[in-house]
Amino acid sequence: MGRPHVRRYFGRKLLIYGLTFVVAVTVNWMIPRFMPGDPVASMLARARVSQPAAVEAMRTYYTNLFGFDQPIWQQYLNFWGALFQGDFGISIWVFPTPVADVILAAVPYTLALMIPSVLLSYWVGNRFGAFAARRKLLDNTVLPVGYILTATPYMWLAVILAWGLGVVAGWFPVAGGYSFSLQPSWSWEFFLDLLHHWILPFLSLFLVALGGWAIGMRNMIIYELESDYSNYLSALGAPSRLIRRYAYRNAILPQITGLALQLGVLVAGALVTEIVFSYPGLGSLILKAIQNQDFFLLQGTFMFIVIGVLVANFLIDIVYVLIDPRTRTGMAGAQA
Amino acid sequence: MTTTTTLPTEERVVRREALYFAVRNTKLMIGFGIVLFLLLVGIFGPILANVEDPNEYVAAAMLPPSSEHWFGTTTFGQDVFTQFVYGLRTTFVAGALGGGIAAVIAMVIGFVAGYRGGWVDEILNMLTNVVLVIPTLAVLLIINAYLGIRSVGVQALFIGLTSWPWAARSIRAQTFSLRNREFVDLARLSGMTTRKIITREIAPNMSSYLFMTFILLFGGSILIASSLDFIGLGPTEGVSLGLMLQNSTQWSALQLGLWWWFVPPGAGITAVVGALYVANVGLDEVFNPKLRET
Repeated sequence: MGRPHVRRYFGRKLLIYGLTFVVAVTVNWMIPRFMPGDPVASMLARARVSQPAAVEAMRTYYTNLFGFDQPIWQQYLNFWGALFQGDFGISIWVFPTPVADVILAAVPYTLALMIPSVLLSYWVGNRFGAFAARRKLLDNTVLPVGYILTATPYMWLAVILAWGLGVVAGWFPVAGGYSFSLQPSWSWEFFLDLLHHWILPFLSLFLVALGGWAIGMRNMIIYELESDYSNYLSALGAPSRLIRRYAYRNAILPQITGLALQLGVLVAGALVTEIVFSYPGLGSLILKAIQNQDFFLLQGTFMFIVIGVLVANFLIDIVYVLIDPRTRTGMAGAQA
Repeated sequence: MTTTTTLPTEERVVRREALYFAVRNTKLMIGFGIVLFLLLVGIFGPILANVEDPNEYVAAAMLPPSSEHWFGTTTFGQDVFTQFVYGLRTTFVAGALGGGIAAVIAMVIGFVAGYRGGWVDEILNMLTNVVLVIPTLAVLLIINAYLGIRSVGVQALFIGLTSWPWAARSIRAQTFSLRNREFVDLARLSGMTTRKIITREIAPNMSSYLFMTFILLFGGSILIASSLDFIGLGPTEGVSLGLMLQNSTQWSALQLGLWWWFVPPGAGITAVVGALYVANVGLDEVFNPKLRET
């Protein structure tokens, strides 16, 4: 029962994600070509080669890489072709490693930071917010702290934590994904070292995101507690614990949509936090790409981030359908 | 406009009532107070500091805060307080411009989609959803990396162009609920153009909502701009709070223990954005009678 609705819901979502992907790829293709300035010239300037013959050879090489000598529609099709072969070009920063390899080596670090911090801050924040709503004393502390945390720039909290707990207290290392004295291996020693380096960036991401979820949930719960069904339940003499449980179930739905909306901000937060801690994920990669004018690496990272965000959005959509019974039976509920 | 003969007095009463609750709302007063104070510092600070270039080397390096250098000096001997007041100004400009551009786009798209409905709505909605899903900062990274010379204005322009979707969505929903109200029907019957109906009938009826949306976009723009600055894609000239943070971490202020270099810029951003958010909650309570604490 209600299957066609679910199919329509997902069909619409997939259409949006497909369109988004096409737009992202097109933007990625257009920017180097239509921005003022010549990317080939700036890359050549960076290489600082003095022999004219060498400069000419490099110019031909880069022009071929971009495919500037072909008609514009051909360039566009080639771009898509290369993308589907997983070819993102060659990195200039770590020449001649393919960009895809450089990125794939960094992705696990970013995911290891993001997935636990996002899920945990979401869960704890929602619990906190729901618990604080309509409880005077807690509310008066959770609300201001929450607002300060959401207003904090990710990198600043990271800097403060690195300075306080890292440099001054000396409890945690403030740079890198693992100690330079260690080689990556499947040993306990290496794992503990990884964990030791992971804690501060994780904590920083966790804390900044926490505030927003707590505030959002608190406001939703208050709204739900004022609704007719809550009043009716309390008029019937239902225990307030029960009413709060119903309110929580209703309030969690907009919070799931909120999670999807926040994905971009969360990714941005992870990137700058990684830069503060020189954590070897995508953020540090982006910094290196910018410092070295490595446009292929930068654009490859952009594609990876877009794909990651689209996949995460789709997963959230699935969770939404699983949690909200209305989308299953085709009554109101989630809209694309 | 035959319907508005009684409106002026009624409007005045509503306004007076809003003002009455506004000055009694502590959240609003504290929030706007902090924003106003920092705004004045950002406006008059640079005038009083009266230096040609806030990045000038004016004193010995790495001095802790003193009566002469309120926020101390950097590893290069730049005065942190001078940089702070100039940076505050840049931050406000980035927020106002970026938030303003985003608000205008969001209003145009939200009003048209919500009022027109039908296929116009379908297309605009699709556009909104697509821009909504794309991670904003990642797009801004690519754009700014290819821009050779970057200015606050261009930075704010691109922030505005990418951060409007959620606002457009909520304005569309609000417009949708106003569209079939009697006074809008009446305006339509009297032959007003769509543009007039939107600007004269619909927008004024959700002006408080629009103002609050602008405040949130303003705060959001400041945070995005500071992230861009921190990654190294800030304005190529001048100083901003994000650039100060970037410089302090890049030149190991952490390891050298120069806390006066990296604490003020971050605290400044947090204070501006946090105060805006708190003021926003206050405004919500002023405009929405249900939320008022009596």
